Amino acid sequence: MISVEEFAQQADAWFAEHTPRDVPFMMPLTFMEVGTDEQFDFLRDWQNKVYRAGYLGAHWPEVYGGGGLTQAHQDAATRAMRNNHAPIMLNAIGIGWAGPLILDTGSEAEKRRYLPGILSADDIWCQGFSEPDNGSDLGNAQLKAVKDGDAYVLNGSKIWTTQGNYAKYMILLARTNMDAPNKYAGLSFFLSPMRIPGVETTKIRKLTGEFGFTQTFFTDARISADCLMGAEGEGWKVAMRTLEYERGARGGQAGGYTISQTDPMEVVCLAKRAKRNGKPALEDPVMRDRLMVQIIEAQAMMANRERAKISPLVSEYPFALPMLSKLQFTEYARETGELALELEGAQSGYYVGEDASRENGYWQRSYLNAFSATIGGGTSQIQRNIIGEHVLGLPKTK
Amino acid sequence: MTRHLAKIALTEMQAELRDQAMRFCADKSPIATVRKLLTLEIGFDAAVWAEMAALGWLGIAVPEEFEGLGLELADLVPVVEAMGKHLMNAPFVSTTLAAQAILSGGSDAQMAAWLPKLASGTIATVALFEPSGAWDLDAVDGVSKTFVMDMDVAEIVVTTVKFEGETRLALIPRDRITARRETIIDEMKRSYSFNVPEVSKADLMPHEHTAVTLDRIELVANLLQAAELSGAAMACVDYTVDYLKTRKQFGKVIGAFQALKHPTVDAFVDSEGARSLLYAAATHCEKQGEGEIAVRMANAKAEGALSYAADRSIQFHGGFGFTYDCDAQLYRRKAMFAASQFGDAAFHRARLAELLL
Repeated sequence: MISVEEFAQQADAWFAEHTPRDVPFMMPLTFMEVGTDEQFDFLRDWQNKVYRAGYLGAHWPEVYGGGGLTQAHQDAATRAMRNNHAPIMLNAIGIGWAGPLILDTGSEAEKRRYLPGILSADDIWCQGFSEPDNGSDLGNAQLKAVKDGDAYVLNGSKIWTTQGNYAKYMILLARTNMDAPNKYAGLSFFLSPMRIPGVETTKIRKLTGEFGFTQTFFTDARISADCLMGAEGEGWKVAMRTLEYERGARGGQAGGYTISQTDPMEVVCLAKRAKRNGKPALEDPVMRDRLMVQIIEAQAMMANRERAKISPLVSEYPFALPMLSKLQFTEYARETGELALELEGAQSGYYVGEDASRENGYWQRSYLNAFSATIGGGTSQIQRNIIGEHVLGLPKTK
Repeated sequence: MTRHLAKIALTEMQAELRDQAMRFCADKSPIATVRKLLTLEIGFDAAVWAEMAALGWLGIAVPEEFEGLGLELADLVPVVEAMGKHLMNAPFVSTTLAAQAILSGGSDAQMAAWLPKLASGTIATVALFEPSGAWDLDAVDGVSKTFVMDMDVAEIVVTTVKFEGETRLALIPRDRITARRETIIDEMKRSYSFNVPEVSKADLMPHEHTAVTLDRIELVANLLQAAELSGAAMACVDYTVDYLKTRKQFGKVIGAFQALKHPTVDAFVDSEGARSLLYAAATHCEKQGEGEIAVRMANAKAEGALSYAADRSIQFHGGFGFTYDCDAQLYRRKAMFAASQFGDAAFHRARLAELLL
């Protein structure tokens, strides 16, 4: 097996050479911002190229399309992506949530069928958890899946389906038993096809004015009974495990990143150019202090990731650091975007498409889009409940 | 730019030392003892101090040639973190700062005379702050000193003086100084002020090391303060959580209320970040130039974490939080006093801005 060091060097050289620069459109910073076909096609090609070069799924078994190396190899490749500011991986739900779930708990047939297409981005995945009336209260999901012979018939609707209009498969939480003893026990989990009769998607326009999500409608859609993952009635357990992958509380993802990190030094660059009161914003003592707060927070998140690997230093609350990372990271990104806009001063009033704006409204869009992460995947308020209850042991909020 | 400073290294020895120190401080500094010491003039338990010396802790960062253990600054962090967590007062930081000052700026004779003693438990302290209230250690009038910790029990004081118009460091024996105890907001600590006595050439440390030694003291002080505050922040969150799990109102355990739960989680997230930055600072503190970055980040974060955790702890304890008997005030006062020493969080951020922006 190639050594991690050598692999890291190769990866670094590869990304230095192949990372696309100067694309003629706004590069999505997160997988939730893919709003045009141009962006989608570009990012699908990019993920495919990275995968074929061996830098995605490097640690997944070869028999399922992976590279057969170790987690350390994939981590090195991911670092090389970051260091070269490479675009995001597109197939977020595939490589980050559905993929590790199938790899860890799926049948042999499921692994062989689904995993290679996840890595190559040939099969885009989406997630059907939230419903229009059941968001944070996910356990109350009402989409019906009624068994009919060797099929299930689906009726209802799911919302906030990222890349729903492009997806081939959905991880779907549906209600199979209306008479279960409690709301959780009636749920089942499916690996469900999207391109079948009775499934339709409608694009949702985001607060930025752009697209990226859909609402997905199911009308007597028939899926094969073998789409069921786990046993009937165990959907909540599978969904909770999936959310752990999503929030980074559980490992096994194919690698890469699907959300670009907001580098506080980009905001520093902005502060050098933007003017406040006739002087560079970087000379304003209030702005300097706030920039340092963000830089220290970014440093704390990096140090948290380092500490998480050292078991004697996490012994008090072993699972705390992975569980709090989603809350910390998404709130940090939102605050950093907000600060960037304040630094822009008068120019913060422009928006995407205005020639006079800074970087074509990059920070305006970035700040507004940041809410996708503080709301999606469990809002920051739900995250605080989870950390309070599962890490600190506080009583449940009812 | 500072990514490499987030790496954390932990030696097996440090892990063991941390376990040992946490057990020791838990055992020697239960809250009843902390409370009892508040009222005593000396403010710490001399028998416990003797045990700390016997464990070799005073010699951790003193070279072997001076009868220390010859370890690094990073190895002091687990001890001070544990002391902070258990609100244990002892002249450990004072003595360590004095030892590091002598090691950095003392003559061969001064090192030989004092370091072996300090490494084995003789108490010393540093006197660097003046009534002007500035944190700039170079701004020295040399007339009087304030915020001198543990003065009454120290045998020797490292202080800044004016000598023939020059700022110099001097080693002055305690018995030549008349000190007055100050009333400070952190009642666990003991602070004194004094008028600087007549200083002779024999008291001075070599002049060529003055600037670098002052920087060294500031670095060590900030690192150990970060450790103390970070340890205390962990304990303060635990203290609040314990109350939220037991106190009932409206027929409910109050921790179920999100208005209390969510800020407590925020305090926990802050204190976890402070811990990580502390260990990163311990890892990198000896790096030329960059050590200061890692250490100031850790201290700024730790002060913010403890201040917020303790502020909310007072509030969330309700009426009890307003009483002297609630320990939340001990944590809040600790953070406030720490902010007054060697710079508050905003001061550290301003210095970091100079270094990084």
